[in-house]
Amino acid sequence: MSTPLLEATGIRRTFGHVQALKGANFRVMPGEIVALIGDNGAGKSTLVKILSGADKPDEGTLRVEGKAVSFTSPLDAQECGIATVYQDLALAPDLTPADNLFLGRELTRSGLLGKLGFLDRRTMQRQAVEQFAKLGVQLKSQRVSIASLSGGQQQSVAIARAAMWASKLVILDEPTAALGVVQTQRVLDLCRRVRDAGTSVVLISHNMPQVLEVADRVHVLRLGQTVADLRAADASVADLVREMTSGQAKELAA
Amino acid sequence: MSNELAIAPVESTEDRLLRLVAGGWIFLLLLALVAIFLVLRPAQFGSAYNVQQLFINAAILLVLAVGQTYVVITSGIDLSVGSVLVFASVVSAKLMLFLSGAGGTTYGTTAAGWDIIAIGTVAALLVGVAWGTFNGILIAVTKIPPLIVTLGTMGMALGGAQILSGGVDVRAMPELLVTHVGSGRILGIPTLVVIATVTAVIAGIVLHMTRFGMHIFAVGSNAEASRRSGIPTTARLIQVYAISGLMAGIAAVMSNARFSTTTINGHAMDNLATISAVVLGGTSLFGGVGSVFGTVVGVFIPIILLNGFVILGIPPFWQTVAMGAVLILAVWIDQLKRRLRKRG
Repeated sequence: MSTPLLEATGIRRTFGHVQALKGANFRVMPGEIVALIGDNGAGKSTLVKILSGADKPDEGTLRVEGKAVSFTSPLDAQECGIATVYQDLALAPDLTPADNLFLGRELTRSGLLGKLGFLDRRTMQRQAVEQFAKLGVQLKSQRVSIASLSGGQQQSVAIARAAMWASKLVILDEPTAALGVVQTQRVLDLCRRVRDAGTSVVLISHNMPQVLEVADRVHVLRLGQTVADLRAADASVADLVREMTSGQAKELAA
Repeated sequence: MSNELAIAPVESTEDRLLRLVAGGWIFLLLLALVAIFLVLRPAQFGSAYNVQQLFINAAILLVLAVGQTYVVITSGIDLSVGSVLVFASVVSAKLMLFLSGAGGTTYGTTAAGWDIIAIGTVAALLVGVAWGTFNGILIAVTKIPPLIVTLGTMGMALGGAQILSGGVDVRAMPELLVTHVGSGRILGIPTLVVIATVTAVIAGIVLHMTRFGMHIFAVGSNAEASRRSGIPTTARLIQVYAISGLMAGIAAVMSNARFSTTTINGHAMDNLATISAVVLGGTSLFGGVGSVFGTVVGVFIPIILLNGFVILGIPPFWQTVAMGAVLILAVWIDQLKRRLRKRG
């Protein structure tokens, strides 16, 4: 088997008396969608924070493409090609989709104007349209503010943004939690297109039919430990529920 | 599953028109006011003298309001602009008086040369930037709300100016400053108007066309998202308040030149006047939205109203009433726009 894109082994994290993670393992291969599920309090959020660089484990190792890494901030993770879309989206609602795509990474013009900080809006606009087209993100207008888009479109812009700057892995924290049926479907399509474009996706979700529909593999956390790592094609909702509620930690097959 | 892989369409004409009307109604109001007064009193209102007075009256306020625009776009507020203006003008005037060797009680004009005026001007700008930076650090680093910080520095700067001057205006300015800047002209245009125009144009270009300007909008729209995206939000906030202070410094020099005296008691309402101009111009108090052009329009509305009322013989007190109503209307429309946007 090839080298995992991102591998976390024996991750422990304690907050006071609470053991959020008790030796969790996690693995993402290149070009796959991995779902991370677990009941409330299973340690999903903590694990995601550690994977995305927002928190540090007390014990355990993180490897990116086989090399041990230590993230001290989300920026470190971004430099390794890993970006996270949080539930609160982290978009600027008053700016246009294109401006949001380039937030903090604005393109400036060449020459003297560029040195003075003049924006190259035409190129940013063009690249944004290309990126949205590549991922099949439909927006009613490129020029309106993000706030006037639907929740699903906002989510799509946030994911497109992460996929644009994360060359290897996009982590999505409950991307469909607040969306309707059609919009949810669009976002799941988007996950597939991101994967097909060569970027792996980690999907945190509560919605098990959805997880089975879109993911290649499902990772189940229970009480801070990894209790199952299933191929989505072989698993049923009943399997997932059983693992989430009564699964026992065991050595996972590589 | 339907895979509609359409490329995102560009904005339709209808959308653009809607946006123009929503954002441009205050500009239409300004044009309407001008048209009404022109029709009713073409000779007086449209006279070259009157138009020139309108622009001169707008100049100093416009410079302050441009700085305020930056601040409000970050969803902040700067109540200290008028007091910083007073402080900077007193420091500048005192310094120029001292350098020209005249006594502290000199009245009228001094024979100070351009070198002394340059020093006095730089001093005013530096003092303005210093107050602004102080505001910015308190707001961005210690996270005290802008309303409180600038309310505090408003008092400190005004009190400081009164301590420095003993509460008495410095009533002597360099003759050259008064004649060339205060009442002088460049290519037939009053110098004060030239300064205000150049300031507003540069500020508009920086705000709408540069990365720095984009960061200001981003910080005002969602500070946390901006920070996570790698925008140096603390530095940007400090810079924005420093710019507002710089504008107060420029306005201080303009005020000294125009009135040939410091005007310690004449700027108590500047903060509210600039904030209402900024809000009238479509800049949102919630941050993230705004333009320098809108602020220019917002500055002119009260000035045109007052001027028109005076010419028409309506008691000028009505201008204050009308302005209050227009301001409330402006904020109401801003909120309506936001609600419509959420629904759309």
